[in-house]
Amino acid sequence: MDAPRPGTLLLTARDITAHYEEDGQILQALDNINLTLEDGEFVALIGPSGCGKSTLLDIVSGLYPQSGGDIIIDGEVLTLSQRLGHAAYMRQRDLLMPWRTALDNACLALEAHGLPKKQARQIARERFPEFGLSGFEDAYPAQLSGGMRQRIAFLRTVLTERRLLLLDEPFGALDALNRVALQTWLLSLWERERQGVVLVTHDVDEAIFLADQVAVLSSRPGHVVHVEHIDLPRPRTRQMVTSEAFLGHRAVLLEGLGLLEVDVVPV
Amino acid sequence: MKTTRVNAVTRWVWPLVLLVALGLVWEMAVRLTETPRWMLPPPSAVFTSFYEDWSLLMQHTRVTLVEVLIGFVLALAAGIATGVAIDSSRIIERAVYPLLIASQTIPMVVLAPLFLIWFGYGLLPKVLITALVAYFPLAVNTVDGLKSGDREILALLRSMGASRWQRFRLAKVPAALPSIFSGARIAVAFCVIGAVFGELVGAKEGLGYLMERAASQFETARVFAAIFILAFMGVGLFVSVTLLERILLPWRRYISDGSRGN
Repeated sequence: MDAPRPGTLLLTARDITAHYEEDGQILQALDNINLTLEDGEFVALIGPSGCGKSTLLDIVSGLYPQSGGDIIIDGEVLTLSQRLGHAAYMRQRDLLMPWRTALDNACLALEAHGLPKKQARQIARERFPEFGLSGFEDAYPAQLSGGMRQRIAFLRTVLTERRLLLLDEPFGALDALNRVALQTWLLSLWERERQGVVLVTHDVDEAIFLADQVAVLSSRPGHVVHVEHIDLPRPRTRQMVTSEAFLGHRAVLLEGLGLLEVDVVPV
Repeated sequence: MKTTRVNAVTRWVWPLVLLVALGLVWEMAVRLTETPRWMLPPPSAVFTSFYEDWSLLMQHTRVTLVEVLIGFVLALAAGIATGVAIDSSRIIERAVYPLLIASQTIPMVVLAPLFLIWFGYGLLPKVLITALVAYFPLAVNTVDGLKSGDREILALLRSMGASRWQRFRLAKVPAALPSIFSGARIAVAFCVIGAVFGELVGAKEGLGYLMERAASQFETARVFAAIFILAFMGVGLFVSVTLLERILLPWRRYISDGSRGN
């Protein structure tokens, strides 16, 4: 992977709108989204479910066409198919192939990029210890816990060796303890490689703990209603979660989400 | 590990016990009712026939087995090729798939007399019948298997920049293999039926031919011997395909049926 180039613009989403079809109706998913991400920067997108956050990642990765606006990666406006292969994309489901061992799942992207299998395995094997996966190289996904599977999926994402990481609720399927452990672990990993990350989440605490900037999206059609710059120092520690600054950001973001006005939970 | 071995043994013990019990009942029934041997020979007579006619039985078994194996391999190649073609193109799917399904209302064995007219008494018509009956489950299961691939995994590969061929090779084919194997298990059993039917219609050798000749001479014990060999052949081929699947798809044992492991 190339060395990080802090300050250079990695990704720009300019006036992105998107539509989708449901039951024969055309619905708008995204409304005029603007977003910039520098290399080495960590941006989180939060918003109510169904607000189109995932659609935005699909658009950036080249899987789904926008109906308006441009996606600019590394200074170039790229068409849908040109974007394929530019970002490392990780979704909520681990998407491990049940027929591949942990090791072979991890080196999938390397293989897809044309590396010989032996070489790809070698590279993946070296990274197993730091992902806490030593000894599980030859296990099949069905034999592993959810947390381990998610770490394999994350190793697979990191091994795509892209500067741009798109993470769609990567910890959403995990229980609270596992989630906290993996957030901390993700941070320590990111501190070293400093990719540009777009993280989609509905967890406000996760967004503040991990990101430099948190963009709040409205409900459908999603548009950015607020961008919060998180001024917690790095490296972040778990203790910061109870700090005044953290709670301040939290109040602002909850308000941005409209959650502070809700005093009766709708059933 | 130990428990699975015990399970494997007990799994075979009870069917065997039942089989032996049924054999004993059969033997006793024939002897007590004094049924003539040309009508229903007792198992002991069938065993005698095995012993006395062994080389004759084996000679014809070999012929039938060769027909079955060639027919099966042909069906495998054609079935998988059809499945891949249907999966790869909408137009081919729309054109071919309905015809493929409709063709199944024709029992393939009725084509046997035609094949006799066209191709004579040799190996070819039997191989064709065999291949034809095995073709359908293989083609359909290949299509189903290729379509069963996880869409999100395919999207993931696309986001990695994988080519269409890579997505086919890395995601679709491995996902399709379990389905292709279950098609193969059904197909291989059909193959034995197909080959014997082909022989019954007109042949100079093979177990079907042997059975018909033995029946016309009231050598009923020999007919039964041939039936037992055919049953054994069917079971043996079925088990072989199952074992091959275990070896080639070791990950399957960790996944309970119906779940996709996600």
